[in-house]
Amino acid sequence: MTAESIETRADNTLLRDNAEVAEALGRNYAAGFVTEIESESLPPGLDEGIIRQLSAIKREPEWMTQWRLAAFRHWQTMPTPDWAKLKIDPIDYQAISYYSAPKAGPKSLDEVDPALLETYEKLGVPLHERAALAGVAVDAVFDSVSVGTTFRKKLAEAGVIFCSMSEAIREHPALVQKYLGSVVPQGDNYFAALNSAVFSDGSFVFVPEGVRCPMELSTYFRINAQNTGQFERTLIVCEDRAQVSYLEGCTAPRRDENQLHAAVVELVALEGADIKYSTVQNWYPGDENGVGGIYNFVTKRGDCRGADSKISWTQVETGSAVTWKYPSVVLRGDRSVGEFYSVALTHHFQQADTGTKMIHIGRDTKSKIVSKGISAGRSSNSYRGLVKVEKGAERARNYTQCDSLLIGKKCGAHTFPYMEVKNPTAIVEHEATTSKISDDQLFYCRSRGIGEEDAVSMIVDGFCKQVFRELPMEFAVEAKKLLEVSLEGAVG
Amino acid sequence: MLKIENLHARVEGKDILKGLSLEVKPGEVHAIMGPNGAGKSTLGNVLSGREGYEVTEGSVLFEGRNLLELAPEERAAAGVFLAFQYPVEIPGVNNTYFLRAAYNAQRKARGEGELDSMQFLKLVREKLKIMQLSPDLLNRAVNEGFSGGEKKRNEIFQMALLEPKLAILDETDSGLDIDALKQVAEGVNALRSPERSFIVVTHYQRLLDYIVPDHVHVLAGGRIVESGDRSLALKLEEHGYAWVAEHGEPAGASA
Ligand SMILES: Nc1ncnc2c1ncn2[C@@H]1O[C@H](COP(=O)(O)OP(=O)(O)O)[C@@H](O)[C@H]1O
Ligand SMILES: [Mg+2]
Repeated sequence: MTAESIETRADNTLLRDNAEVAEALGRNYAAGFVTEIESESLPPGLDEGIIRQLSAIKREPEWMTQWRLAAFRHWQTMPTPDWAKLKIDPIDYQAISYYSAPKAGPKSLDEVDPALLETYEKLGVPLHERAALAGVAVDAVFDSVSVGTTFRKKLAEAGVIFCSMSEAIREHPALVQKYLGSVVPQGDNYFAALNSAVFSDGSFVFVPEGVRCPMELSTYFRINAQNTGQFERTLIVCEDRAQVSYLEGCTAPRRDENQLHAAVVELVALEGADIKYSTVQNWYPGDENGVGGIYNFVTKRGDCRGADSKISWTQVETGSAVTWKYPSVVLRGDRSVGEFYSVALTHHFQQADTGTKMIHIGRDTKSKIVSKGISAGRSSNSYRGLVKVEKGAERARNYTQCDSLLIGKKCGAHTFPYMEVKNPTAIVEHEATTSKISDDQLFYCRSRGIGEEDAVSMIVDGFCKQVFRELPMEFAVEAKKLLEVSLEGAVG
Repeated sequence: MLKIENLHARVEGKDILKGLSLEVKPGEVHAIMGPNGAGKSTLGNVLSGREGYEVTEGSVLFEGRNLLELAPEERAAAGVFLAFQYPVEIPGVNNTYFLRAAYNAQRKARGEGELDSMQFLKLVREKLKIMQLSPDLLNRAVNEGFSGGEKKRNEIFQMALLEPKLAILDETDSGLDIDALKQVAEGVNALRSPERSFIVVTHYQRLLDYIVPDHVHVLAGGRIVESGDRSLALKLEEHGYAWVAEHGEPAGASA
């Protein structure tokens, strides 16, 4: 396998127009099926040689190779993380393949478990519909490579760069060098270090000064190949007064082994810039007995570097066997604003430990956290949040609201709000509630003719309203359907 | 329409209904009165199929069908409606959306076509003529932050919309001032028809000045102990429930 041949392939798979991407994604999207596709992968294992090979395949400049190696060397010195409230088996990093790419782009799928197809048909999340919506540009990442970015021309006219990270490294090296790792340094944490060493692809967005991105941008991540980890890297930069709304969606096939997903997302908002980042995460959660599923260890951080900037995270997390994720905002600029809206749903044996960190450094900075945790089955759902107010953060304000909803008696919900306030003028508020779907509510709905499952999803949907409101319309619809499917069999 | 025979029901191991019998014919309005804790709400819950209300004896036929073997949502689709004594709040669920979901679920269960949101809004506007409800309440979450009176109106509005065959109103009058009471009664009266029957549960005879019943029953100790016409309600008003307790044979026992 030579670098040259792989590169050609990646280019062949670059789909030029919207409809093609939509079609490809429509076939491969959503669910437990495996796409029968010829792919080429690096052999399992991780050492400096593999990293050099990976970097070579991607025709990266030397500085990038060195950057990866530095991260790798650091990673080797780091202890494996303490699993907080999570129960997971040790991960064998040498058993994972760190690169897999489709040989000829996604093809049709032959063998699909009809039960799964049915399940995901119920999702009714045809990607082509979304892609066809004017105003949404899509980048699709299939295993390790980006298979296509739509609406490139229109974006370029506005001065917006939206491309795969691999391409950005080659085509826009100055920008990448300036910002990559500037929010999440290589050695930030165990998984960020691993990602920095082996990340394969992801999306890059650059919105220049004064530009409002003319359309929503979105990326679809798909893990397909077996024994492959996915390590994508996303970087979004908004210069002064620039604005962008970015959406990300994820799925993976059903497999009995656990697969690792360790992404890093960095957001940079300069003066007066505004970044809205939404995620609908539906990685394979494992089966009803807790076998298989994705380990989702993600580092997401936004830096409100300029005054009056704003970064808003919205996430709907229904998938993955284990989720470990704390999208954060560093409020450096005066009067900057950070927001975190989250719905995390766990069922069966899923475990989620998620929350946010709001670090107030600038004066008059504001943050708002709204977290909705839903637990069903024997799952465990924890909110872990940190609000930190540094000494100089005069009049910083935070409002945190954490609500948990329990369905059934065997699940657990936990809330861990940490606060560190070093400035006496700061105001930090925290509210938390835990409730159950009450028999009264269920009976009320049923006595009006609404069936039990519909009643549950209606009540859950109502519980999540505050967060769904923050999602772009079509994502809100998808999120709602996802919850319905994820909760199937949760009652009765 | 509804035939209850020798109904015994138990809640949390406690026998509440102990041989209740009652027959309601199409178009009739039956008032059920009785002291607190007599089992009035229990009867409504049993008829609507609430979990935890165990029927240990007796039968309930609704239009010839065994009502007791139907799930709550099936009873609703069959035409049974319960206006709750304490309607529950469902945060975040839009009231109009909820109504449409209920309406369409029932239609679907009956094999009828569903209404889209435009058609449904038209229907809502029509029904607002029967039971006034401020547009604000239609757009808020179900019962969330509604006053006691607003909740009761909302129940009657739902009834107007769902057009049940049998409506059970559980103390719909409690907590209403006289004006609200009159409006609610007008709403109910507008829905009276030769096909539609009502069981009006109340603690006070006041409501019956506005919703004039065909029959009045006194429920005490889990049984109908006295049945009569409107004058029975007046008698009760005069003498109080203690009078019933002293008053001989339970009427239901002989039925
Ligand atoms: N869910 C319940 N759990 C326990 N006891 C109940 C429940 N519902 C009703 N009861 C009991 O049944 C009796 C009748 O109650 P209810 O039907 O509400 O009376 P009414 O509506 O006539 O005031 C009361 O003693 C009440 O405490
Ligand atoms: Mg009662």
